[in-house]
Amino acid sequence: MSCPVIQSEQKFVGERSTEFSGLDTIRAPLADIPSVGGVLQQDDEDRAGVSSRASVRTEPIMAQRVSFDFDQVPEFESPVDEDGVHDSFSQLIQEQSHDLHDVIEMTPLDLEEESRDDVECEESAVYQRSDSDGPQQTDHLIGERWSSDTLKVLSSMPSRTIGRSRGAIISQYCNRTMQLRRRRQSRPSIQHFPRSARPSIRGYGMETDSAGFEEEENKRERLVNNLQNLSAGDRVRVLRAMPLSLSEKKELRMLVLNKAEHSVSQSQIPCCSQLKYYIIIALRHGWYGWLSFLSSLQLWQTALKCVGGRFGTGVLSYFVFLRTLLFFNVFLFLVTGVLLVVPQAIAHPDHDQNVTVRSTWGLEVLTGAGYFSHSLLYYGYYSNRMLQTGHSCSAPRNGTSCSSGLSYNMPLVYFFTIGAAFFITCIILVYSMSKSFGQSFRIDKSKGLLTIKVFSSWDFKVIKKSSVKLQRANISTQLKELVAEVNHQELKFPVLQRLFRLFIHTLAWIMCLGSTIACVLAVYYFSEHMHGDLLKRAGSRSSDPLLEEARLLAVPVFVSSFNLLLPGFFNAVAWMEEYDSPSVLNYVSISRNLLLKVSVLGVLCYHWLGRVASDPQSLGLECWESFVGQELYRFLLMDFIFMLLGTFFGEFLWRVFSQKALKRKRKPVFDIARNVLELIYGQTLAWLGVLFSPLLPAVQIIKLIFLFYMKKVSLKMNCQASGKPWRACQMTTIFITLLCFPAFLGAAVCVTYTMWTIKPSSRCGPFQGLKTMFQAGKRWFQELAAVNPDLHWLPTAHAYLVENPLFLFMSAGIFLIVIYFHSQVVDGQRKIIELLQEQIENEGEDKKFLITRLQDIHEGKRGATPRRVKGPSEDSSYS
Amino acid sequence: MGNKQTIFTDEQLDAYQDCTFFTRKEILRLHGRYHELAPHLVPMDYTNDPDVKVPLALIVNMPELKENPFRNRIVESFSEDGQGNLSFNDFVDMFSVLSEMAPRELKAIYAFKIYDFNVDNYICKEDLEKTLNRLTKEELTPEEVVLVCEKAIEEADLDGDNKLSFADFENMISRAPDFLSTFHIRI
Repeated sequence: MSCPVIQSEQKFVGERSTEFSGLDTIRAPLADIPSVGGVLQQDDEDRAGVSSRASVRTEPIMAQRVSFDFDQVPEFESPVDEDGVHDSFSQLIQEQSHDLHDVIEMTPLDLEEESRDDVECEESAVYQRSDSDGPQQTDHLIGERWSSDTLKVLSSMPSRTIGRSRGAIISQYCNRTMQLRRRRQSRPSIQHFPRSARPSIRGYGMETDSAGFEEEENKRERLVNNLQNLSAGDRVRVLRAMPLSLSEKKELRMLVLNKAEHSVSQSQIPCCSQLKYYIIIALRHGWYGWLSFLSSLQLWQTALKCVGGRFGTGVLSYFVFLRTLLFFNVFLFLVTGVLLVVPQAIAHPDHDQNVTVRSTWGLEVLTGAGYFSHSLLYYGYYSNRMLQTGHSCSAPRNGTSCSSGLSYNMPLVYFFTIGAAFFITCIILVYSMSKSFGQSFRIDKSKGLLTIKVFSSWDFKVIKKSSVKLQRANISTQLKELVAEVNHQELKFPVLQRLFRLFIHTLAWIMCLGSTIACVLAVYYFSEHMHGDLLKRAGSRSSDPLLEEARLLAVPVFVSSFNLLLPGFFNAVAWMEEYDSPSVLNYVSISRNLLLKVSVLGVLCYHWLGRVASDPQSLGLECWESFVGQELYRFLLMDFIFMLLGTFFGEFLWRVFSQKALKRKRKPVFDIARNVLELIYGQTLAWLGVLFSPLLPAVQIIKLIFLFYMKKVSLKMNCQASGKPWRACQMTTIFITLLCFPAFLGAAVCVTYTMWTIKPSSRCGPFQGLKTMFQAGKRWFQELAAVNPDLHWLPTAHAYLVENPLFLFMSAGIFLIVIYFHSQVVDGQRKIIELLQEQIENEGEDKKFLITRLQDIHEGKRGATPRRVKGPSEDSSYS
Repeated sequence: MGNKQTIFTDEQLDAYQDCTFFTRKEILRLHGRYHELAPHLVPMDYTNDPDVKVPLALIVNMPELKENPFRNRIVESFSEDGQGNLSFNDFVDMFSVLSEMAPRELKAIYAFKIYDFNVDNYICKEDLEKTLNRLTKEELTPEEVVLVCEKAIEEADLDGDNKLSFADFENMISRAPDFLSTFHIRI
């Protein structure tokens, strides 16, 4: 094809496409459909013969677009590049749109023009259409058979023409060549040069084939032209990204190079592009390396993958949660360690109590008393002075007057460290909560998850047999979960059965609540009894230190055994209830366990803060904070020990028992709810204890690490994946929320209460001599104001902003209002999205309706007035 | 580079380099791999473009493909005759598309071909079923497989014809974040 022709076409299109766009293109065919074919001819007469043939040939391809629509935007590195490419491809693009436009735009005129139809030419177009593209067209659009004119209209719909781009054209071309090639397959291929393939196509016997081949040749010509117009780098890039077979690409390249007549310096292309690609590859490698490094930084990555693959996301969420807790504790430990423990350890306080190290068979490790009582572990050890390096200052409280040397105001630091640690933890918690809320309750109900899983989850890189197996297991577990979620349907029961179930549920709840209340009362009275016991013995210095220490363990053991036994009872009750959805079962179980733990913790807090702290003298305690810290340490440790026992008896022995004695094939299922609640319970203890025992997070870290490996081993040995798979997409959110709301908030309230209202011990700890711990901050502000007159407003500001609860209430209120507004906005967006989706569906229906109408009208008109000679092939393919 | 002259001409290597995502060195290495597959079949001298094809059975045994559940489909989609016999060009083409440099569209086109078992330009239920059976290998019950197929098509089918056209497929792939990294074979 010659260039001038194309250019004239281009001009032609330029005018047309500006005139006719959008709705006009659709309305026109609706007004007058039948003689679209004739229009073509009329239009073609305006042009040179060759080009008219070509445009007729391209038109069926447009129809084919209906079935194979690539609305892709080419990927180029810069917009500038893209412009260039668009220009160079505009020929093809414009030509294609041109064909469409004249098909439609001329429709009104064709009434007069019809008689002049060049039957033969039209026939050939129809032939080809029906022969090569017919089957594909009919495949599309719900298997209905559409007439060619309807298809033309269809293909010219704006939605199908908007995204026309280089990629679309190339892929059309590719599609055509593929078709032709398929046909050729039956013949021996003599494909050394494109033209040499001609005989084999002729051999196929249909003139349409040769037409099709010419068509292909034209396309190829155009492609070559377009490629030639590109810069060398772009050409290589386009060539590489073409979905053609290598041999065809090579041919194209040859043609392009021949045409260019070596005008482009060949040596420069590979060198430059090679360098560029080396750089790109290196960058990508770097990026991938960095990514894999980052992911390897994540703790327990492979272990988590294994667990996820074998037991599903439900169990995985437990371990992920455990890891999250570990990070929280590491953070706490770092903060308290760096700001409190290390300075105190370095400073060597002179108030070294002559500690009587009584060895009680290592029982101190359990009780945290004895040797540990006067160590960095507890509040009582920290001094209330300025810790100083360098020059010493005489005035202990006048830190600012010490200009030389580094002074370290321990009470202040203690106060602010704890406060800041809690504050930052709170922010992290809220942030991760909102993030996981965002992930699990997406505004846009992310559709296509299943398909994405099916089509893009297999990693083609994996070549190791074991990894392949793991991947397979992983994918099938996830698919099962997804399907279970999608397929979740409420089973309908008859009324009687529903009543019965309701009764059972009520009974179960009564039993659980009753046992919880009983447990709480038991803890309350037992702790009271032990407290009274302690009071009695405080009066008379008792004889056996070993027994005394062991007594201290009574309450923790008591509480922990309840914590171990009651969840088992809850499980039995839940088993009686027979929930059919595992997630509902989990939620119910979580709420029961939560109730138990929260109420037990509430009683314990009352015990410590109400009984012990209010009257430490009568207990003979010099330092009640240290005592509470010890208690918390004991509880934490007991909790751990009972978790070990629970894992051993509850999981291992139960497995052995059920397999040996009950002859059951199945292993028990991992109880996510109970385990998670145990974690939350432990974490609450740790948070409560930070104030009284700054090193408690370290204990918790050790505990969590142990727990991870123990649970992993136990899981592999004793448990099996849940019989009913379910997706835990919202599970992590629930866990974090629980961690935030009752656990962290409760701990924070307790700690704040302690700081604000309870009088610290007068003879130990950093806050001795103060009325409340809170006053450390206040005093510092006053000192600041006294030293620096410019800051005289500080104490008043402090008094109004911090001490006055009104400000706190107001800020909390504003915070809540902001949250409320945000949630409302999100809600609104969700509604809008729903509406829009509905609208899209409706529009689709409209479109289908219009198309069928169109087809009906067309059929009717054609049936009434057969205006032209039909080709036999058209009849055969559309009847 | 003594090898280079004997296997390919400079011109050929340039062509390969321009048309694929491989460098000269990699092309030579690929030729080595190709030669290994069938030493008696594949000549060391490719300067005159010999018409040699290695059958599917041999290619599928490459360690890179051996464990892949879609190995046969991959090879078939890249073979010119659709039977799985790969000429060296097809062989290079295959690994070029599967290399990390290939753009998403190109990968998507071939991924579509691979999953389109019956080569009708649509991924229909049967194709999906085959895909699933290969993916999970009897870990899903037949009912589950049918269910997954139905749901998956329901999800991704935009035009309501109960099968996935390429447009549907591409739309879906464009939302799959790790497609680029998973549809990739290192050679």
